[in-house]
Amino acid sequence: MTTTPETTVRAGGAAQGGRGGTEIRLEHVTKDFGLATPAVDDVSLTVEPGEFMTLLGPSGSGKTTTLNLIAGFETLTAGTISLGGRDVSDVPPHRRNLGMLFQNYALFPHLTVAQNVAYPLRERKVPKKEIARKVAEVLELVQLTGRDDHHPAQLSGGQQQRVALARAIVFEPAALLLDEPLGALDRNLRSALQTEIRRIHREVGSTFVFVTHDQEEAMNLSDRIALFNDGRIEQVGTPQQLYAEPETLFTARFLGDSNVFELGRAELDGKVGWDGETWAIDPATVAAHPGVRERSAIVVRPEDVEVAVRREDVPAGANAVRAVVRDVEYMGSYRTLLLAMGDRGLPGRTRVAPLRGDYAAGDEITAWWRPEAQRIVAA
Amino acid sequence: MTPIAPETAQNPTLEAAPGSPPAPKAARRRYRHVDPIPWWLKAFGGLVVVFFILPTLFVIPMSFSDAQTFEFPPRGFTWRLYENFFTNPVWLDSLRNSFLVAVLTAVLATTVGTAAAVALWRLPGRAARLVRTLLMVPIVAPAIVVAVAVYIAFLGWRLTGTVTGYVLAHTAIAVPYVLVSVTGALGGLDPRLLRAAASLGSSPGRAFVRVTMPLISRGILTGAIFAFIVSFDEVVLALFLRSPVFQTMPVQMYNSVTVEIDPTISAASSIMVVAVTVIFLLPPLLRGRGRRR
Repeated sequence: MTTTPETTVRAGGAAQGGRGGTEIRLEHVTKDFGLATPAVDDVSLTVEPGEFMTLLGPSGSGKTTTLNLIAGFETLTAGTISLGGRDVSDVPPHRRNLGMLFQNYALFPHLTVAQNVAYPLRERKVPKKEIARKVAEVLELVQLTGRDDHHPAQLSGGQQQRVALARAIVFEPAALLLDEPLGALDRNLRSALQTEIRRIHREVGSTFVFVTHDQEEAMNLSDRIALFNDGRIEQVGTPQQLYAEPETLFTARFLGDSNVFELGRAELDGKVGWDGETWAIDPATVAAHPGVRERSAIVVRPEDVEVAVRREDVPAGANAVRAVVRDVEYMGSYRTLLLAMGDRGLPGRTRVAPLRGDYAAGDEITAWWRPEAQRIVAA
Repeated sequence: MTPIAPETAQNPTLEAAPGSPPAPKAARRRYRHVDPIPWWLKAFGGLVVVFFILPTLFVIPMSFSDAQTFEFPPRGFTWRLYENFFTNPVWLDSLRNSFLVAVLTAVLATTVGTAAAVALWRLPGRAARLVRTLLMVPIVAPAIVVAVAVYIAFLGWRLTGTVTGYVLAHTAIAVPYVLVSVTGALGGLDPRLLRAAASLGSSPGRAFVRVTMPLISRGILTGAIFAFIVSFDEVVLALFLRSPVFQTMPVQMYNSVTVEIDPTISAASSIMVVAVTVIFLLPPLLRGRGRRR
């Protein structure tokens, strides 16, 4: 990478860290533990200053290893990592100035809350008076004032994670790395802390890299999501982009529910056939992914699928398929119809409002959707 | 089980989070359920305790005996033997030598043993297990074999009869005790704490001082005490390494019954028993005070 005046300025800003955030750039990052396939395989990703980036993926997809590589806990097999334009590939973790939040909190059990939070400041030889002021300030930010002298074991899981969060941001790190920090908490506490983390991201304005396998959490928190699969990045984008414009079947399936019609190798202009039905294809809905020309699939979200009792009720121009209702799930604000579609009885699902129509298992219906609502992805 | 239920109810988060650090010491202690112990087992246990301790305790009344030879029950009461001990420079020097060697051994063995334990803790797999077993050899090898080997080696290096020689030899047999106790303490240490320390700006050395050491201090202290006592009452190596001018107390005690018949050994024995017992009781006493805080 050439050093332009712009990157020099950015590097200067990174040294101060904190507000405004620091850019994190991964270039062709590979980590090979000597197993059959590399844990992280040629990953390139740029996290913008101040961005909330989530590394999402199933377990074993390489997201945590990638985070550990950024933190410096693992050494790179190949590639480079730079923080604010400074190459840190060979810098040990304690000199990268990155805050980190762990799933098990990793609070020091022999220190009090205040001592835990003061730890990074003492390591940086901050004067005592300033330490006291900063600790009080950050404990107020995470709403834990008045528990300074408690030991971690005396706090609940949620409180412990707040202390860990305070400790990880008090020294104004270049960025905050969060390794499934809410994984050990129960559902209610989780959503409360999600709100908290979003608020703190807004107030601190620093770059956040968040690892999770929970797609809802990722959608809820992130500016952008990098979806990992088998050590590679499947797709990067805003939550809306990943949900509405998936490039691959993996992405479509990982985020939200989908009805999937596999097409194999098909011509993707005009019309395609599936199980005796002929469907229109809108070129705007074909993924840019090169694999889509090799093997493709149509993906339709359940909320985009409408139900007609008779075939004649399907509006002109819509794509339709015969289906049998297998089951009806009542979800409160809506119902989910579980369908068997076409002759082969492909499982599918659709959402219907509670008051529209009365469906029961065994009903023969027609499912339909607008060609604009479907997405043709690489399978 | 009834008293346990309300405790659990009060602490739902601690129970719900499998990855959370352990509950406070006091609470965990209360959860531990012990089945009732039958009376005969208690009685048998008591007998075993008496069998182990009584012979040692015999020396204390003997040390106040007025009799010229060893006999039990002791006759009369006198401080004469203690007077002998504390006025005879041979005894006093040997006590001082033993203390000096034991303290230096404790320092050296604790440093080496702790370093080895931490290194082996971070080194996973078969190699670490093999090295750990090898380091235990000084405990299982017959003392006389070790003593002869050390004697032959130290003769060549002119280390016999020197403080350095004593300390090195005693350290070799004390390190395994430190290794065992520190390894035990490390078993309760979450290695992720060291990653946390690194992310907060601690170099590996700083992380050891500020995180690892405070959390395994009990194991280190126990190891140090074991090392001190291993050296303090060691007699086989000391017999080989002794010189006319430098003897440790166990050697002087051995002399006092084999070379001369000196009943002062009763007083010396009592002093040793009391000293060793007090030192052994230190960690539980310190722990008790720590818990009250």
